[in-house]
Amino acid sequence: MVPLSWYIGLSAIVFVIGMIGFIVRRNIIIMLMSIELMLNSVNISLVAFSHYLQDFRGQVFVIFIITVAAAEAAIGLAILVALFKNKSAVHTDEIMEMKG
Amino acid sequence: MNVNLPFPDLAPAMPEIVIISAATIMLLLELFFKNKGVLAFMGIGIAALAMYFVPMSIGDTFNGMFKSDLYSIYFKFIFLLNLMLTIMISLQYMKREKAEYGEYYSLLLFATAGMMLMASAKDLIVLYLGLELMALSTYILAGIKKHDIRSNEAAIKYLLLGGFSSAILLYGISLLYGLTGTTDIYSISVYFKFQGSSLPVVMAMMFITAAFCFKIAAAPFHMWAPDVYEGAPTSVTAFMSIGPKAAGFAVIGRIFYVAFQSLQADWVPVLIGISILTMAVGNILAITQTNIKRMLAYSSIAHAGYMLIGVIVGTSEGLSAMITYLLIYTFMNMGAFAVIILLDRGDEIKDYEGLAKSQPLVAGLMLVFMFSLTGIPPTAGFIGKFNLFMAAVQAGYAWLVIIAVMFSAVSAYYYLRIVMNMYMKDMTEEASITPSPTLALALAITIMMVFAIGIMPSLVIG
Repeated sequence: MVPLSWYIGLSAIVFVIGMIGFIVRRNIIIMLMSIELMLNSVNISLVAFSHYLQDFRGQVFVIFIITVAAAEAAIGLAILVALFKNKSAVHTDEIMEMKG
Repeated sequence: MNVNLPFPDLAPAMPEIVIISAATIMLLLELFFKNKGVLAFMGIGIAALAMYFVPMSIGDTFNGMFKSDLYSIYFKFIFLLNLMLTIMISLQYMKREKAEYGEYYSLLLFATAGMMLMASAKDLIVLYLGLELMALSTYILAGIKKHDIRSNEAAIKYLLLGGFSSAILLYGISLLYGLTGTTDIYSISVYFKFQGSSLPVVMAMMFITAAFCFKIAAAPFHMWAPDVYEGAPTSVTAFMSIGPKAAGFAVIGRIFYVAFQSLQADWVPVLIGISILTMAVGNILAITQTNIKRMLAYSSIAHAGYMLIGVIVGTSEGLSAMITYLLIYTFMNMGAFAVIILLDRGDEIKDYEGLAKSQPLVAGLMLVFMFSLTGIPPTAGFIGKFNLFMAAVQAGYAWLVIIAVMFSAVSAYYYLRIVMNMYMKDMTEEASITPSPTLALALAITIMMVFAIGIMPSLVIG
């Protein structure tokens, strides 16, 4: 059987990749993808914990996270479409109407 | 197979049920009403109905995942008040901004329901779902002026940073779940009573703290607030500067006082650092702002710093002082935003030059709200600050209070600059206003409460 620490390690690595991606990349679509990566790393660790603790709460939680992530992506892309109609840009450097 | 599922007791969750079902029905009704004002009045009525159910909703339900107690009742009262005042000030404003969508009101209701779930959450799953219901609704609200690029920009910034912070929160929650084997806040506290702190525990705590500092816009996680507050429609800014902040504090109070109670030595120093940094950043950066919504964003960051003192204090007086402060902040902040909405052109600070000559009544109202935000007696702001700082002094945090009072003195500079602009500068352009009955009512309620609490503090204290 695969030990728990492997899953936790995988989840930590995926989370850090997502985090770095969010901070380094300037394309809004890629930033949304990075958030998705971070959420999925949480799902990996929750399912792993749930399996090793023999407790179903973790898996129930994962279902909720997947649902909310889908809603969040839908809203994010909808806002992005509205933004793109007003100003053809998906880079955060080009979207700088407000400063200070 | 015969599964016997008991039907949950709905009474404790009645206010939330009322709000969510009304919001859903309003989404449908939107199709039939050309005049969206009907929906606005319906929203106010629903909020009043929910407020009626709130005091009699004490109890646990849904298998112990939902807990309505005195603590959550106070917060729900603030959320519903915030909802009512927001609807009152937005009726005329949304028409003027040509963003009169029926969804606006149901989204306000959904966001409020999310906040109420957060305040009542006894389980981390409910907490997360409440948080997302609130957050997703406010993302859309921030971008509701869909043809305005600034509104779009505010929404996308809020969404990206909000999504990032909830991913961090979830990672913290998953660590907690792995450590304790449960998501129930009270069971987690039992676990920590027997188990001391370790590196994973501290990490989980830091992740959760960071995520909620995002929500309450505490430094160093405040970067989104000024841009979002400036770009979002003013009525939504008023809603956002109170609701999600109060909900964040409700959860911080619940998690730190229940789940992490035995780890107080670990989190108090962190929160003290965040509180001081928040007061410093909020008050100092507000000085240089030229846009009043941006200035109020920094001011709301600073106020989050003061309110964190109530959590740090660690006594029930501290928590109740924080709740009182939030209630007072609701009135004075909403009042200030109502004045901004009342003016046809009121987004820039220089628009207020000579306002006292062209619109003496409006200038007088703004004067009172600015005095209250500074904390000058006999307004409510003074009582709130006094109460909060008194609780901190009694708990032995006199040095923290000295720092807070010093930053509060700095805040007088930028609040009173508006007053100076209104009363001591010459008029550059005649200011015009578009009054509406609901806006006037909101202003009347806020100004009355600011004075009533300021003169008779016993109304809210105790």
